[in-house]
Amino acid sequence: MQPTSHSFPENARAGLADPVLQQALGLARTGFPQRRLEAIARLPEFEALREEGRAIKDHVLAHLDFYLELYERNVTASGGHVHWARTAEEARAAVLDICRAANARIVTKGKSMVAEEIALNDHLEQNGITPVETDLGEYIIQLRHEPPSHIIAPAIHLMKEQVADAFRGAHTELDPARPLADPRALCDEARTVLRPRFLSADVGITGANFLVAETGSSIIVTNEGNGDLTQILPRVHIVVTGIEKIVPTLEDAATLLRLLARSATGQEFSSYTTISTGPRRAGDLDGPEEYHVVLVDNGRSALLGGEFQDMLRCLRCAACLNHCPVYAAVGGHAYGWVYPGPMGAVLTPALVGVGEASHLPNASTFCGRCESVCPVKIPLPKMMRHWREREFAWKLTPPVYRSGLKLWAWVAQRPPLYHALAGIAARVLGWAGVYRGRFRSLPLASGWTAVRDMPAPQGRSFQSLWAEHQRRAGKAR
Amino acid sequence: MSGARDDILGGIRRALRRAPLLDCERAELAERVAAHRRNLVPARAAALSHKGRIELFVAMAEAVQTTVARVASEAEIPAEVARYLAAENLPAELTVAPDASLAGIPWEARPLLQIRRGRAEAQDAVSLTPCLAGIAETGTLMLVSGPGTPSTLNFLPDTHIVVLHAGQVVASYEDGWDLLRALRQNDPPPPAGEVVRREGDGREGADNPPAPPRTVNLITGPSRTGDIEQRIQLGAHGPRRLVVILEDRN
Repeated sequence: MQPTSHSFPENARAGLADPVLQQALGLARTGFPQRRLEAIARLPEFEALREEGRAIKDHVLAHLDFYLELYERNVTASGGHVHWARTAEEARAAVLDICRAANARIVTKGKSMVAEEIALNDHLEQNGITPVETDLGEYIIQLRHEPPSHIIAPAIHLMKEQVADAFRGAHTELDPARPLADPRALCDEARTVLRPRFLSADVGITGANFLVAETGSSIIVTNEGNGDLTQILPRVHIVVTGIEKIVPTLEDAATLLRLLARSATGQEFSSYTTISTGPRRAGDLDGPEEYHVVLVDNGRSALLGGEFQDMLRCLRCAACLNHCPVYAAVGGHAYGWVYPGPMGAVLTPALVGVGEASHLPNASTFCGRCESVCPVKIPLPKMMRHWREREFAWKLTPPVYRSGLKLWAWVAQRPPLYHALAGIAARVLGWAGVYRGRFRSLPLASGWTAVRDMPAPQGRSFQSLWAEHQRRAGKAR
Repeated sequence: MSGARDDILGGIRRALRRAPLLDCERAELAERVAAHRRNLVPARAAALSHKGRIELFVAMAEAVQTTVARVASEAEIPAEVARYLAAENLPAELTVAPDASLAGIPWEARPLLQIRRGRAEAQDAVSLTPCLAGIAETGTLMLVSGPGTPSTLNFLPDTHIVVLHAGQVVASYEDGWDLLRALRQNDPPPPAGEVVRREGDGREGADNPPAPPRTVNLITGPSRTGDIEQRIQLGAHGPRRLVVILEDRN
């Protein structure tokens, strides 16, 4: 999809004004964080597991070439095929080639963020192949022709009424008068409509949560079972995933699996964790006859060895989205591409360019919740700051903003001047706001006061109170 | 595509500012993989006796809407299946995994149960399969594909019944991995001519131990989704009901 990250401010305003989105986000704000909290409270080792998870990922990234080669050898040894793709374009071409060789007309898909990243569906459709999303949320947004707004709950921006409208619009073969008032009916209808698609698909495409170098296996973690029906029923199974998903052994996968579901949905374990290795074996009664893995780089290897390497630890659990006050206010579509929230604010500039996505690292209050809930401790705020520094260094920020920052820096580097000016400003504002106690508008700060009042300063500055406190403490000692 | 492969691997080394790893470094990493040492395993299940693990398995499974029915012997399984199907108002028909481990179940004791053996077909409503293990820490079942255990039985029918023997209950996922590896060692090499794919098939080589079964399913409760208004619905695409028949002589 064409990114619209450059329009983040307009996208965000539209999100804030959208009553359906606000209602839907209200449900999300409380649900995910509460369930995560309960799940980790039941596992005393959770904090220690986070450290181990981070160490496993760091170890892999430092030796990524070795583990990718080992993984490839073991996929081949079990009868599968590995395809390497430098770019989104190469990845799409690789998938299309496999589909064509299989004479595929219908392709079922398990939810895959990498498939979104490489815009796979559009490419397949343009080439006469029908992709059918089978994850309920992905299916809904496919019907509505829109991108996911959340990396594990793609339709989280909708209420059941919008889903019912989408189903009535798409399932025209069903009785128009049927009741679709509750999620149960909607879920049942999707199940009924998609079941024949599962059975008739020629190719099934899934992502991977982990690739195991030791065994040449891919692992998917789902709740619906759609990923499994996608990969065991068609004749061909294609896994599309990023090169950073490698772990050395099944034991390493176990550690990360213990972190994943708890961080994502607050479940002890997702309903289905499936380990797939090669095509069906001699004597097997089902399973795919061909197994392909498309390993996508698309800018990932360039993040190694630099200030964004830590981002490659990401498990795509969405805990950072679920705990972000900005995401919770504006929703995922505001971010304008595939990856929203704090992880998207760091990843999107790397994948689509900081020129397109420069707003995203600025769409943060730096409250730090994202880093504090990340299962592999990615320092997301620090990396957003790196992007802001680059944005400034590369002169991508507007001139007024740059001059303002320079002036600020000049003053802030001269403490006596800073204190003098701050003291004057505090006295003037305190005097001007003495009756109301707050300001509805202020010159040069209309962006800030447009949506809230500015409290009037009262008394002395924190700095001078602190200095006095220190002096008193010194005397008392 | 070999150009892409070399570019990506070369790009990784350039970004990491180093040459390809030395043989001694590769040997060290290969040793780490071959040893597949366990990381931290939570005490929740590992610290329990076998009996405690069985109780934990049952509690964790029931917490995610798995139905657990206990029987004292295999001979009681047909009656328990018939009772469950009747209680849920389901037809007395089931597709059973054609696996030797289920051969001892005396289905003839319940002639009204219609049994078919094979992979699952679209119209199947109920399946019954064995499993390789029950993992206590999260009430998770581990099932592996094979000639007697087609994976479609785990996903297509609305109701999935799994036979679990008390002795199969282990503490952790890592215990499950050990069972997978034992399976690989016991596996006879596939007879020549029957192997589905030959190209690049070095599975019997000493350096390449045979791969795990094609599909390993870790199943924790019935299929579910929260994609609409975050309200959990069971039976999204996989089974609506997951039943464990726990055979426990004690």
